[in-house]
Amino acid sequence: MSTLLKATDVVKHFRAGRGRAVQAVNGVSLEVRSGETLGVVGESGCGKSTLGRCLVRLTDLTSGRVEFQGRDITTLSRRALRPLRPAMQLVFQDPYASLNPRRTAGDAVAEPLRIHGYGDAAAIRKRVAELFDLVGLARTHLDRYPHEFSGGQRQRVGIARAIALNPELVVADEPVSALDVSVQAQVLNLFSDLQEELGLTYVFIAHDLGVVRHVSDRIAVMYLGEVVEVAGAEELYAAPAHPYTDALLSAVPEIDDGADAPRRERIVLTGDVPSPIDRPGGCSFHPRCPVARDRCRTERPALRVLDAAPGRQVACHFPASP
Amino acid sequence: MPEPLLEVSDLRIRFGGFTAVDGLSFSVRPGEVLGVVGESGSGKSVSMLGVLGLIRTPGAEISGKVVFRGRDLLALKNAEMRAVRGREIAMIFQDPMTALTPVYTIGWQIAEQIRAHEKISKRAARDRAVALLGEVGIPSPEQRVDSYPHEFSGGMRQRAVIAMALSCNPALLIADEPTTALDVTTQAQILDLMRRLRADHGSAVVMITHDMGVVSEIADEVLVMYGGRAVERGSRRQVFHTPRHPYTWGLLDSVPRVRGARARRLPTIPGTPGAAGRGCPFADRCAHSFAACAEVPPLTGESGHLDACWLPEEKRTR
Amino acid sequence: MAGYILRRFGAAVLVLFAISVLVFLIFFATPGVDPAARIAGKNADPATLAQVRASFGFDKPLPVQYALMMKHLFISHDLTSFVNRGTLVIPQIVEAVPVTLSLVVGAAVIWMVLGVGMGTLAGAMRGTLVDPLVMLLGVFGVSLPVYWLGEVVNLVTQKELHDSVFSWVPPLGYAPLSEGVGQWALHLLFPWLTLALLYAGIYARLLRGELINALNEDYVRTARAKGLSERRILVKHALRCSLIPIVSLFGLDFGALVGGAALLTEVVFGLPGVGKLTYQALQNLDLPVIMGTVLYAAFFVVLANAVVDVLYARLDPRVRRA
Repeated sequence: MSTLLKATDVVKHFRAGRGRAVQAVNGVSLEVRSGETLGVVGESGCGKSTLGRCLVRLTDLTSGRVEFQGRDITTLSRRALRPLRPAMQLVFQDPYASLNPRRTAGDAVAEPLRIHGYGDAAAIRKRVAELFDLVGLARTHLDRYPHEFSGGQRQRVGIARAIALNPELVVADEPVSALDVSVQAQVLNLFSDLQEELGLTYVFIAHDLGVVRHVSDRIAVMYLGEVVEVAGAEELYAAPAHPYTDALLSAVPEIDDGADAPRRERIVLTGDVPSPIDRPGGCSFHPRCPVARDRCRTERPALRVLDAAPGRQVACHFPASP
Repeated sequence: MPEPLLEVSDLRIRFGGFTAVDGLSFSVRPGEVLGVVGESGSGKSVSMLGVLGLIRTPGAEISGKVVFRGRDLLALKNAEMRAVRGREIAMIFQDPMTALTPVYTIGWQIAEQIRAHEKISKRAARDRAVALLGEVGIPSPEQRVDSYPHEFSGGMRQRAVIAMALSCNPALLIADEPTTALDVTTQAQILDLMRRLRADHGSAVVMITHDMGVVSEIADEVLVMYGGRAVERGSRRQVFHTPRHPYTWGLLDSVPRVRGARARRLPTIPGTPGAAGRGCPFADRCAHSFAACAEVPPLTGESGHLDACWLPEEKRTR
Repeated sequence: MAGYILRRFGAAVLVLFAISVLVFLIFFATPGVDPAARIAGKNADPATLAQVRASFGFDKPLPVQYALMMKHLFISHDLTSFVNRGTLVIPQIVEAVPVTLSLVVGAAVIWMVLGVGMGTLAGAMRGTLVDPLVMLLGVFGVSLPVYWLGEVVNLVTQKELHDSVFSWVPPLGYAPLSEGVGQWALHLLFPWLTLALLYAGIYARLLRGELINALNEDYVRTARAKGLSERRILVKHALRCSLIPIVSLFGLDFGALVGGAALLTEVVFGLPGVGKLTYQALQNLDLPVIMGTVLYAAFFVVLANAVVDVLYARLDPRVRRA
């Protein structure tokens, strides 16, 4: 599989006043392969959304490098980025906030087509109708306004907009977290159907570990602006190597429906996630880590390939052996 | 079997022409945790606000019976109801970030509740607040008691809110999505705390949530709601191991799990949640609906496992 | 908190300095205009011009001129109006200040009592007939221009009904406190009411909106769940939070009014306050007086701003850290 997107040591800091910086993303390197879904999971404030915006250059990087289709897009101007825009699209958490309340759903989906000169009015109309079919909206929905839709339907409009220009890559930032569970399942299915039909590549950012496991081929776990572990979805959930991943997975409340797989023993982390302004030295997880040793307090572990399991990367001095 | 602490029968809440809660009945025994699950519009939050007399919308009609320790709460005068709220029944809400008044310290707000119900000095109320904050796991409570809400993280605020709710040792705690706004590791901490407090204080808990996992972890009894009605009720084991209502099946199936086999597609419930017209509220989304569903099915069943569905016994398998 | 107050007032002093420099530059360093001619007023004789030149050091560099000007204003207090020959500017302002302060303080008390009372009543009684009635009263107050209302009041109390109902109303003008509180208040009663009516309407509207928002906040629901009385919820929780923006607005309005914005009221009711002084100076192009009153007004506006910020921090703990 070829690499579609490659991020190398991406850093994004925001100014926080008094000369301090919020270190939202702190040296993230990862690859997104053509046709796969890379899940990015982490708790609020771990920098996953900021990373998503860096990957499609919706925001400028503080340092590091992003390559899309082998081309360095790190420092491209807005103008130079424009021809690349159709190929990388974003889907947001709250489709209501990203849709103009005074434009119909049909207009909203037609907008990117018009901006990028898709064709004449008739061609655009045809394409919009096609897209509505594709995302499971009725043609009668074309002339409705955002407030007339349910949350799930609005997200379908958001998705139709994102795929209008046949993108290669779709970065979806918490696309189902505002939806009811029954509707969430419908939208997740839509994502996988579209991937199959259109050969899309996804970066799927979410905090819900069940959702991420369901959609992803590979998963990157983030903590305090860093990727602490990367692995295939099945491998990660079966045997997490990083103590944070382990704690995160054990914290998920599970449905006990009588199928007697023994559940994971819960590791309750103490305290809160430290502020990304005052990052702890050494490994950023060490103050909460149940297995931290002296080395963890002084030396920051780099993300490295596990000897025992190639294809798995972990940023820990003392990873659990999978 | 002990007397129920709270017994709600035929609760109906209407806003103008819209029926939010439609003949809901359930009971909570002392010390028990009742999990109330449902999606948006199921009436799960509204019904609990109705129980506590917290619905302020002009023109809201509430009928039915809410018997708590032998008194019908719906028939109480305002002042009598105020004496129940916060002292005998406490309620906490979803978003800890906005649940506390921003201009007062945490300790002040806890002391305010204690002093609203008990004649004790400010000093004593403050000492109680410190002890409570310590009990819910706030580090160095003597200092943090004078912090303002914005100086606490989300998880700490929810702890403070829980401390406040427990300040008068209520017999019943109603928790409306108390962990939904929190991260999963924080959620685990708060659920742990609630389990521990329940053991120490012996309060019964009504836990409103949309998360089947949370219910499965904490509830003794489960009430599944849809369209303002109870569709299934029973012990946790009954509802999760042998669910009987098609809506419960759908809910359980559509949650992506962190273990077990991964299906490429998730089983879904078509359509969007919302109250239907006449008949079974779930009929228009139900894969099993048939002619009988035009009538509202009664909530019936055996050995405490009730469901509201017309489906004959032989078809009750997922 | 003490540190915050210190910082805030430090900033206020800096702003005042900046304003004084700006005012100085406008009057003294506008290219192509002889500042001496401006100060000396229209048709000044050569002797006066020479005197002004010497006194303000127009042959010296700008910083020295600035220092001289400040000395005239603040140290020797001998800035002289050349339009009204020989009248010193500072004593004129000092004389006018108590009049303006009396007018504004009295009106402020009335409008705050009325505004907060009406706003609270309307907000708390929302859904009943009281709300729209009170608000109608407020709109009435807002829509009557001060100069018109003042003239009507004068017409009624001084002319039409002066011999019957309003025989107790003294003639227009100001009676200092030294003549007794009764006379002072009687002279100011109608100016107070006229000025207060406008602001009471604005404040009532604003507070009503804030209060209605606050009553829908989660923390009010929490307060109800705690079993507090409606009265306590209204006063201690909802009103307390709603007053924060009101207080900041009040500070700014108060500062502006003391600084001369009560001009119309002063002119209509013949009160020799700062507003009227400025008005006359503007009519005569009496630059030294204008300069004095501008700096005086700036002083009060800046002071009010600083006091508001400190009060704001006192009222809203979230601001203190910033």
